[in-house]
Amino acid sequence: MSESSASRLNVFKTYKLYVGGKFPRSESGRVYEVSDTKGKWLANAPLSSRKDARDAVVAARKAFGGWSGATAYNRGQILYRIAEMLEGRRDQFVREVGEAEGLSKSKAGAVVDAAIDRWVWYAGWTDKIGQVVGGANPVAGPFFNLSTPEPTGVVTVVAPQDSSFLGLVSVIAPVIATGNTAVVIASEKAPLPALSLGEVLATSDLPGGVVNILSGKAAEMGPHLAAHQDVNAIDLAGAGAALAKELEIAAADNLKRVLRPQPVDDWSADPGTHRMTAFLETKTVWHPTGSLGASGSSY
Amino acid sequence: MPTTSPAFADVTTSDSALRRFLHGLPGVDAVGLEARAAALGTRSIKTTAKAYAIDLAISMIDLTTLEGADTPGKVRALAAKAVIPDPTDRTTPMTAAVCVYPDMVATAKAALNGADVKVASVATAFPAGRAALPVKLADTRDAVAAGADEIDMVIDRGAFLAGRYLETYELIKAIKEACVREDGTAARLKVIFETGELSTYDNIRRASWIGMLAGADFIKTSTGKVGVNATPANTLLMLEAVRDFKAQTGIQIGVKPAGGIRTTKDAIKFLVLVNETVGADWLTNEWFRFGASSLLNDLLMQRQKLSTGRYSGPDYVTVD
Repeated sequence: MSESSASRLNVFKTYKLYVGGKFPRSESGRVYEVSDTKGKWLANAPLSSRKDARDAVVAARKAFGGWSGATAYNRGQILYRIAEMLEGRRDQFVREVGEAEGLSKSKAGAVVDAAIDRWVWYAGWTDKIGQVVGGANPVAGPFFNLSTPEPTGVVTVVAPQDSSFLGLVSVIAPVIATGNTAVVIASEKAPLPALSLGEVLATSDLPGGVVNILSGKAAEMGPHLAAHQDVNAIDLAGAGAALAKELEIAAADNLKRVLRPQPVDDWSADPGTHRMTAFLETKTVWHPTGSLGASGSSY
Repeated sequence: MPTTSPAFADVTTSDSALRRFLHGLPGVDAVGLEARAAALGTRSIKTTAKAYAIDLAISMIDLTTLEGADTPGKVRALAAKAVIPDPTDRTTPMTAAVCVYPDMVATAKAALNGADVKVASVATAFPAGRAALPVKLADTRDAVAAGADEIDMVIDRGAFLAGRYLETYELIKAIKEACVREDGTAARLKVIFETGELSTYDNIRRASWIGMLAGADFIKTSTGKVGVNATPANTLLMLEAVRDFKAQTGIQIGVKPAGGIRTTKDAIKFLVLVNETVGADWLTNEWFRFGASSLLNDLLMQRQKLSTGRYSGPDYVTVD
């Protein structure tokens, strides 16, 4: 401890949830202790209840119209802005990720860099995914037939348990890149990088409610979110086998889209597009080509 | 029903007598009132009590549409919803009434097709109340003739705020007489004070007494057309007024908060106020109403949550 810090009182950070663009404590008033990989206490994190989850869904639904209606170009700018903001707070995240996952400073730095690059990757995809998975379909008639990907709606994301930051970013970014809004249950044992990410999102022009971050037990909130009639999809990335099965059954009732957990050895590998397409629906429209001329040619 | 209680016959004989009486009412402790309303709002109502409160609140709603853009189709849809609020669950109670503009009364009446849902009509140049007395009377008679079961009148806030209390009193009395049908029965009269425009709690208490003395069947907070509508505090104040009036005259008068009540949580807070202030006598749609439109959807979603155990969403209720 340096001399100056010895003469100062410690200023501990109160980690709070990120819901609807605000930083509330848990409605329940509960917290739980978060420790590093060696068991040393780091901070108390809010232990969210099902009512926090309910409020988060309301916030996500409210934000959906504006976010899905924003241009892909604008969404790309905002995702890139998140990367910019993260770059400025890199040191904080290196420390938090290092403590959360027991990594050396250089390894944690590599993880944070990969997470920042992940935002840039998805920022680029926002205005390209439409061309890749949509397009004009050939049909046997004088019509244009166009398929275009549309966001599913409110997506519940059970974030990966082990990769508390890169894994988290890798599951949030593809959900919101295409215009969905997200309710995220952070890693239970390492929620602090996720809660700090909320502060970055709040200062990145991302409209409040597009991403809502809850810390606590996936087993407590998950069933309520999976059964929630106003949630359109659920990503089970961080759910264990038994919980994933339970949540998938609960999710069947209103035909939620379910992305089952897949083992990921290396979160820094090329993510591909499947996480984006998992939460897209295809809208197909038929449009007459206009009156057919006497010669039989349109236009 | 007696229009004026004999107990207070002398206070309405002249403007000065009425003013003496109204200004003799005890002043309102604003801080205490708000603290009391806030304290009663912290009650936790859960499980079976919540289910009861939700059904009670649904049965107390005056399902309202008061827009310039109201079409007969919209009024018919509203009436259908009042009768069957939740088609997926027929155990849901009907609302108390539908509340429309006078020219939509006949449409609403026909759409209800004899169901036990009342038709309430606003009248007297709602919402501003800025019209001559003959116009207000004609407006009221028109609505009653079209079949309105209840009339929601607005007082002349201008006259009230200018201190012309007797004029306000006489207006309510005149409208009360216009509510009488040819067969001698009468539409029930709700008197809207527009509490958001009365500026002080003392004024709300005075207006409540004018309304009750003049023979209102219900006193109602607001039109829903101004910034501040029903709040727990102003509703509590009006509940205290009807409680005191009943204690002194034996006449029971209903209360209707309107505007700004959008969630089940809010509605239950008002029910707690009713139970704690005036008691269970008022916990029926004879004596307590909510003027609301979007509140019903939230109540239905909460009801679905209680019956299925799953949170519901706006996809499972109507878009109004």
